[in-house]
Amino acid sequence: MKMDMSQYLDVFLEESKEHLGNLNEQLLNLEKNPGNLAALNEIFRAAHTLKGMSSTMGFEDLADLTHHLEDVLSDLKEGLLQPDTYVVDTLFQCLDRVQSIISQIESNGSAEYNNQDLIAILNSIKNQNYTGDIQLIEDKQKPATAQTEEPSIELDFNEYELTVMEEAACKNYQIAAIRVAVDPGSLMKSVRAFMVFKVLEEDSEVIKSIPAVTDLEDGKFDETFDVVVITKTPLPVLIDRLEHISEIRVDSSHLVNIDQLPLHRDDIDVMKSDQKTTEQVDTKRNHKIKQTVRVDIDRLDNLMNLVGELVMHKGRLGQIASNRRIVELNETIEQIDRISTDLQSVVMKVRMVPIEQVFNRFPRMVRDLAKELNKEIEFIMEGKETELDRTVIDEIGDPLIHLLRNAIDHGLESPSVRTQKGKPRIGTIILRARHEGNSVFIEVEDDGAGIQIERVKNKAVAKGIITAKEAEEMTAEQAVDLLFSPGFSTAENITDVSGRGVGLDVVKSKIESLNGEIQVDSKPGQGTKFVVKLPLTLAIIQALMVAVRDEIYAIPLSTVNETTMLSSEDIRLIQNQEVIVLRGNVLPLYRLDSLLEVPGETQSDESYVVVVHKGNKQIGLVVDRLIGQQEIVIKSLGKVLAGTPGIAGAIVAGDGNVRLILDIDTLF
Amino acid sequence: MEDVFNIRVEDGYQEDEEIQVVAFRLGNEEYAVDILYVQEIIRLLNITRVPRSAQHIEGVVNLRGSIIPIANLHSRFDLQFSENQDDKRIIVFKFDEVQVGIIVDEVSEVLRIHQNDIEAADKVYGTLEADHIKGIAKVGERLLILLDLAKIFEAGW
Repeated sequence: MKMDMSQYLDVFLEESKEHLGNLNEQLLNLEKNPGNLAALNEIFRAAHTLKGMSSTMGFEDLADLTHHLEDVLSDLKEGLLQPDTYVVDTLFQCLDRVQSIISQIESNGSAEYNNQDLIAILNSIKNQNYTGDIQLIEDKQKPATAQTEEPSIELDFNEYELTVMEEAACKNYQIAAIRVAVDPGSLMKSVRAFMVFKVLEEDSEVIKSIPAVTDLEDGKFDETFDVVVITKTPLPVLIDRLEHISEIRVDSSHLVNIDQLPLHRDDIDVMKSDQKTTEQVDTKRNHKIKQTVRVDIDRLDNLMNLVGELVMHKGRLGQIASNRRIVELNETIEQIDRISTDLQSVVMKVRMVPIEQVFNRFPRMVRDLAKELNKEIEFIMEGKETELDRTVIDEIGDPLIHLLRNAIDHGLESPSVRTQKGKPRIGTIILRARHEGNSVFIEVEDDGAGIQIERVKNKAVAKGIITAKEAEEMTAEQAVDLLFSPGFSTAENITDVSGRGVGLDVVKSKIESLNGEIQVDSKPGQGTKFVVKLPLTLAIIQALMVAVRDEIYAIPLSTVNETTMLSSEDIRLIQNQEVIVLRGNVLPLYRLDSLLEVPGETQSDESYVVVVHKGNKQIGLVVDRLIGQQEIVIKSLGKVLAGTPGIAGAIVAGDGNVRLILDIDTLF
Repeated sequence: MEDVFNIRVEDGYQEDEEIQVVAFRLGNEEYAVDILYVQEIIRLLNITRVPRSAQHIEGVVNLRGSIIPIANLHSRFDLQFSENQDDKRIIVFKFDEVQVGIIVDEVSEVLRIHQNDIEAADKVYGTLEADHIKGIAKVGERLLILLDLAKIFEAGW
């Protein structure tokens, strides 16, 4: 397999992620309904494709894992195995592993991953000699091949390491596995790990560490890590030396007997069963699979431009026909009109992706989280088919994850509390997406305890976000808004599920960066609903069109506070700066014509002020005329003109002329 | 639309010694550019002024939905615009995915020029402009100033 596959890597990554999402979804179905053959078939098919793809790409470890996965699935399909909790959990773990391998491939191109632990479990399942002991896999450190020796340090080696060890054994070196624990209070775990390595490398060679050395150096490990060393020094001496490092303890250690290491030599058997299953799958292939084509988004933009242009010229054609009174042309123009309208909506639709892509990973996450937090949850998703612009889809995942975590962790009560309150034991979380006008609404609703206003207020006072007096005067809605203030939630949440050190304020700012809004609706005792409103696409914004002499500019509506008429007697001068007083506030005035050096003279005596904000400051922009509000499609100015101060981009107006969008931040 | 013609790049070079150029007029001078850089030639469109942009940028136009900056070589080379509006055209160049148009007073023709007929610029010019000029081509009695677009693009117009 020395063929250069790198050009297919993107396709591989994209497709394997899709398959993985599909696998997760179907596996959840299977878990809910163990007799669901359709789900099982789907799982089998996806796993099989994944296997085929990864071996074509030469990712042997991945292919090997999926191959064993497929074996178990095939037995499930034939009814030789039952999908009980243990089996399903194992399958989920395999999917997680596949996910990590794919991420690894994505980040550094390496597909090497030691999967012997999972493969051993899969084999044990296949041979039906598993005990159903969940602990076995929950604790990754325990090898599944039931080694009855005392301290259980995971030992699976790749071929290189095995060769090294064999050689070492021949030369009478001993191989020792040591689990080192770092004091949980240690501030610099990575330094401690480094010292361990330094001590060991005085007279021994470290051939393997779990996690890898690079992770250890970055402090990416919990309290313990394992090392395998080749040494001539007696083990107790080594341990004694390690124990002398402060904050370091040796948890367990043992010598490794090279003869007992599992070496996998069962490849031939595996091949045979593989061929059989492939045939089976092929006969059942004529199942409906969505045909898709991947297209660079730039090409779509280009297509959209051309369609826009077509629509414009169509208009011109219509004008000519009516000016010259050519009747025969009218029918044709009507046809063109219909076609171009259809074309436009099709092109718009091509950029749209069902939100399903984002939603599909949530059931799995909710399930895992529910288990972790000992909550029982029914998770309902509605409106998966709702479509959103690709650019928005890519950004919306993280905020939604946060809202869901929030709902599971803070929203829903534990089953016992729920029964006490007379609610159904199982909590419900609804994730809902729907269209409304030019926006998409996404709601995360739980039937939990609701937001306790008093507690929110107290916390905000304690954190110094508001004063006690302000808290008293606050309405419930204002108090709920406190949840979104920076610094409100982080500190307490860092360790627990919904936190990860990110507060709702980050969710809010993310959504606002997508030109969206977020609102909370909460009823005490009945639940909380977060409503996220998003524009269908990022490329279209609302703008206020204004005229200055003969030029027309667009001001993004998100920066506009209000507009008002200006008569010359309102203007005052403060240190040569023109200002007006607007409802008691002094507002500095800037004339757009002089800011932009617009040629010509102003003829009209009337003018208007557009009040815009730049950060917290308010400024009045003086313009000649207000044209109105418009939805505009933002276009870039291109390389040559990018970065021109005060200009954010351009639009093509209805008459085909280019208008510029003002960038308030850099205008003055 | 009969004035808009696209030039296919495949028709470019035939032989090593010959290059094809598009000849055009700026003021009273005749210029030429290598045809490989020319994407298309269009009639004058409404140009929208871009405030605060460089002096040689006349503005932007909408070319089938793309926004394209239009450079003004007249002001750069200190030439007078011709009075005749009808012959004016925009030549759109494409260089490394960057598109820029220039306003010309008239597009004369597409010519084949023999390398031997091109006089190196430094022999003729001693001024700053020499940087942007490849050479002077003699075609019969006419003298064409051959622009070095790569240099102009690099300099950022």
